[in-house]
Amino acid sequence: MQSQKYALPLLLLFLGVIILGFLNISLGSVNIPFKDVFASIFNLEVSKETWRYIIVEYRLPKAITAIITGSGLAISGLLMQTLFRNPLAGPYVLGLSSGASLGVAIVIMGASVFGGAFAGILLSKWSLVIASSLGSLLVLIAVMLASLRLRDTMAILIIGLMFASLTAAVVSVLSYFSPAAQLQQYVFWSFGSLGDLSWNEVGILAMFWFVGIILAISCIKNLNTLLLGEQYAKSLGVSIRKNRLIIIIATSLLAGSITAFAGPIAFVGLAVPHLIRQIIPVNNHSILVPAVILGGAALMLICDIAAQMPGQEYTLPINAITSLIGAPVVIWLLVRKRKFLF
Amino acid sequence: MNPPEKHSILKTIDLDIGYSNKTAKTIITEAINIEVHEGELVAVIGVNGVGKSTFLRTLSGVQDALKGKVLVKNEQIQQIDSLELASLVSLVLTEQPISKNLSVFELVALGRQPYTNWIGRLSKNDLRQIKKSLQNVGIEDLQNKKCYELSDGQLQKVLIARAIAQNTPLVILDEPTTHLDLYHKAYVLKLLKKLTRKTNKAIVFASHEINLAIQLCDKIILMQNKKVTTGSPKELLESGAFSTVFPEGLIVFDKASASFKINP
Repeated sequence: MQSQKYALPLLLLFLGVIILGFLNISLGSVNIPFKDVFASIFNLEVSKETWRYIIVEYRLPKAITAIITGSGLAISGLLMQTLFRNPLAGPYVLGLSSGASLGVAIVIMGASVFGGAFAGILLSKWSLVIASSLGSLLVLIAVMLASLRLRDTMAILIIGLMFASLTAAVVSVLSYFSPAAQLQQYVFWSFGSLGDLSWNEVGILAMFWFVGIILAISCIKNLNTLLLGEQYAKSLGVSIRKNRLIIIIATSLLAGSITAFAGPIAFVGLAVPHLIRQIIPVNNHSILVPAVILGGAALMLICDIAAQMPGQEYTLPINAITSLIGAPVVIWLLVRKRKFLF
Repeated sequence: MNPPEKHSILKTIDLDIGYSNKTAKTIITEAINIEVHEGELVAVIGVNGVGKSTFLRTLSGVQDALKGKVLVKNEQIQQIDSLELASLVSLVLTEQPISKNLSVFELVALGRQPYTNWIGRLSKNDLRQIKKSLQNVGIEDLQNKKCYELSDGQLQKVLIARAIAQNTPLVILDEPTTHLDLYHKAYVLKLLKKLTRKTNKAIVFASHEINLAIQLCDKIILMQNKKVTTGSPKELLESGAFSTVFPEGLIVFDKASASFKINP
């Protein structure tokens, strides 16, 4: 009964993602006719070979990365909001992205500080992924431990904030000692970028995304009970410990891998679940989870379209765009509803 | 003619409740022996801090007993797995539901959680049970409201409906009447009484409403300073057990009206 009522909005969201995906691929600094965009995707005859190259090797992986990062971050935001029972939780706010940044900063800039033989090994893409996932996992565990000791959910946000400033401090110390080239590499990474990924890297990212999403889907039912609080969940036969572990692993896989490949991207994780709750007034995670996945993908595709400013030469940093769009949305929600519900 | 045999739903044998950590045990109350049968409405009464919540937590299996046994349907509670226990005991707690964004229907539907499939899909039977418990509590007209729109009294009814939807022979409520005005206090307790009669569930609740409990309950568990007295309101009245509930002086029990009065 319930799921049928929400089938239509879900279908519309799905169509929205497809349309935005096509738009995303067709728009860019080079003007490519729609016909040829279709032709390149479906491997038909294309008027110009360079167009096919642009579409297949650059725009398509970028659009897929946008879909993966948007949906992955949005889902980890939803998981955090339910787990910590805090409407302001999200991968960025809780310091997961800061943890990942710290990992990456240590790898990129530490390589030069510690110098020598390490540098070569440390600078591979894999080590970035590992460092960033470890960084976000560590922060998440710290936040989790703190949340077990402090019943106050506000305290969790403060701890996330503290991690962010701790990270900023360590990064500035590192940047003080590291040469300009490395510093620049880090700064560029921290702007966030969806476009630098090869098909190979998109594959790796997709793998992490897939595992994270499957884990999230596996605890849909128990996420619903967590909305009542842990005591009620327990009285309904839910193993809190097991589900908490699954949620934490899913979140750090998603947030960690996405931050490693695409940089720290703000606000998507926090804002998308709230936007979805505005569109579809439901709390059942069996509808929320797919809706948030689609919503995250759609928002990220829009942000990416805005970032590449169709017809222009430059691409704006994606992190700036998500904040420019995300921050006003969060403020608007807060002011309009006066209180955040989740 | 003997009344029909009533099944025992909840029983404790020499139960000690309290807290323990690595170094020490803090016993709150010792040697509790009570028995609750199906269809009974039982109040747990005692002053603040006497251990009512600890007692209820131990009865519901959330907290371990220090010594002794808790039997739910003649089975020891520690040996029942958590999913099966969820089909035997349902709770209404003092903490408010965390997400008040839930609609009344969604919240009551969560009571069906132990019976649904992996994704929580509600079967026809689940929907029927939800509808029935909404009817039983008299909140059908609220079902599309969000919890943040409800008054305290309405929210309490919704939480009770959720516990009823869980379809357990035993329902345990921790102070269901706090924050309510006298009318709603009486309303909620009367509702519990009606539910025990209608559904044959055993309902155990902690409360400060001694006057109302004396009028409505089948049995009262009186908790006082490490001692527990059980009996029907009538038995307790006759034995004079109520006169020692509160510290002497300020409040006295007036036997004639079966209620507490402030000492003039």
